[in-house]
Amino acid sequence: MTASTLDVPAPTGTVGEPVLEIENLSVDYGYTDDATHVLRDVSLTLHRGEVLGLAGESGCGKSTLAYAATRLLPPPGLITSGSVHFTGRDGQRTDVLRQSDAELRASRWQDTAIVFQGAMNSLNPVYRIGRQIADGILAHRPGMRRKEAWDQAASLLEMVGINADRLRDFPHQLSGGMRQRVMIAMALALDPQVLIMDEPTTALDVVMQRQIVEEIADLRERLGFSVVFITHDVSLLIEIADRIAIMYAGDIVEDAGAQDVYRRPRHPYSAALLHSFPPLRGERRELTGIPGSPPDMQKMPPGCPFAPRCAHVTDVCRQVRPVLGPTALADRGGREAERSVACHLHDADLEGIDGTLPADLAR
Amino acid sequence: MAQDTTFTEEQAAPERAVEHDVDDPRRAKRFLFLRNGKALTGLGILLFFGILAVVGPWIAPYDPNQVSADLLQPPSWSHWLGTDHTGRDILSQIVVGTRGVLVVGLIAGVSATVLGVIVGVTAGFIGGMGDETLSALSNVFLVIPQLPLIIIIAGQLPTAGGVTVALVIGITGWAWGARVMRAQTLSLRKRDFVEAARANGERTWRLVLAEVLPNLTAIIAAGFVGTVTFAVMSQVTLAFIGITPVSDWNWGTILFWAQNNLALQRGAWWWFVPAGLCIALLGMALTLVNFGIDEFVNPRLRSTGMNARLLRRRRIRPRIGFTPVLRTPPDGRPDVGTTARTTRKERS
Repeated sequence: MTASTLDVPAPTGTVGEPVLEIENLSVDYGYTDDATHVLRDVSLTLHRGEVLGLAGESGCGKSTLAYAATRLLPPPGLITSGSVHFTGRDGQRTDVLRQSDAELRASRWQDTAIVFQGAMNSLNPVYRIGRQIADGILAHRPGMRRKEAWDQAASLLEMVGINADRLRDFPHQLSGGMRQRVMIAMALALDPQVLIMDEPTTALDVVMQRQIVEEIADLRERLGFSVVFITHDVSLLIEIADRIAIMYAGDIVEDAGAQDVYRRPRHPYSAALLHSFPPLRGERRELTGIPGSPPDMQKMPPGCPFAPRCAHVTDVCRQVRPVLGPTALADRGGREAERSVACHLHDADLEGIDGTLPADLAR
Repeated sequence: MAQDTTFTEEQAAPERAVEHDVDDPRRAKRFLFLRNGKALTGLGILLFFGILAVVGPWIAPYDPNQVSADLLQPPSWSHWLGTDHTGRDILSQIVVGTRGVLVVGLIAGVSATVLGVIVGVTAGFIGGMGDETLSALSNVFLVIPQLPLIIIIAGQLPTAGGVTVALVIGITGWAWGARVMRAQTLSLRKRDFVEAARANGERTWRLVLAEVLPNLTAIIAAGFVGTVTFAVMSQVTLAFIGITPVSDWNWGTILFWAQNNLALQRGAWWWFVPAGLCIALLGMALTLVNFGIDEFVNPRLRSTGMNARLLRRRRIRPRIGFTPVLRTPPDGRPDVGTTARTTRKERS
């Protein structure tokens, strides 16, 4: 498995300037005092041209993070604090959370496009797909003629590998994978700088998954947009992503290069997650899975949310909530210094932590 | 294995503590519907009229039919709402008449709703020829002008009492509900969860009762409240134009006597204003309950509907597609949520 099978020249180490900076974002579900705090001070930066993977179990806040950053959370979602800065091609920085409705509407799709979960059901069944693509283009480019928009729609379809004469088809005449591609073509119609893909391949078979993932990687090479790729399929993520952020119970617990996460996980949760699926090569090993289940967000225990399930739990883990910081091996230099992890095991200053990592976290 | 034990211990301990703490709010949640101001007001008024309907004849100060020498007296201590042209006490007429109004409203509402649900859900669910027939039937009832029909039927039945009038209203007033019900059932029966239940081999009646009907609760409740309003209005109208026996007291009967004896021209406002107000109040109560149901039924929006005042205070406007962002108000007073968060951040 792994990136060696896919010829994507992953730009390692050096990345462009930040394009989407999420800082201390907190999100509640509910408006009253008993609201559920789903995200608490989450920070994440997406760089230009980067594919950032968001991984984690179901219900750990991956989609919530992406939708909050675009202000698409449905009621009763509420952003309680933080900022989300988007940097345009001209270098202008805007805070998405302070934009007015009109500004937000204008920047959507143009700056940040989204391919939704179950994207193949996002097409309106009564309109031809060409019209749906063209409508979107015309909404953002008022001066454009309909003919031009249709031509552009045709070239978009060609770009994602669908024959342009399917433009006059209705959605039900396309297969699931083709509809998915249409949605991707649509998302790319206005040349966005950030493409958020929320489990875009979940409903598809592996062959189709692979085609679409390669398609995205290829388009990213050509068009140079950044991708936030949300999935719980870590193996898929390792192939496509440059950087992976592992989420657990509304927190980012590890943020590092894709290969680093795969080969040298630093957080017990990442390590456990990686042990939950089989590698294609290497020695046979028993799949362990992770005992227990994620905590109830409404009754979060104090301390580290992963503590009850963690194999390396210490006393301090049950009392103090860890924050994202450098790893214990940061003095190794190189890429190690760029990664961050939210785990007390990496904080030798704490009482009860002797500073030596367990073997599986110190590779 | 050792890990599993720690896990359960860890989980169980805080849960016990939490359960003890939130005991009271949890109990309050059971009556969530009553936390909605509109629904509470509406139900309060309904309860008031309901009690009046039960105990009315006993607490009425006079016999509403008792003629006295105080002809057309304005409100006074002996007659709180004055008297009519034959010296009958108007307060007593209203108090005694409440029962008639509510009984007719309830019976008509229940019968029309039951008919509408049966016809509508059946038509929507079975489809085909049965659907066509039932739809045609409800379409026929829809185009029949209701009030004239009620007048004719009620006029043909010489002994038409309250129950007869209620049944006539119910039989003529179900069609709109049936049509709405059919449309919603048509949409529901194609949904995945109904298909899944069908694939599980559930019987048709269980599909209808357990899968489809609970999703129709809101529409049924709203339709019921609407029909009750319509029934009360129809009954008052019938009494007002003198179709139903004038010896059966209800608010319409009072208006009938007031109209026939030129109450307006004589300036006897106490004759028709209280009865009119009662009708308006009952209509308002039913409408408020209807609003309450609307805000309550969608579990997703329930939080919004329940906390309208809190949302205004915190300047939150929940919308789809534009997630609200909490801000510190311009006067610098930090918001409750924000303070809590900063302190936590400072701690860590």
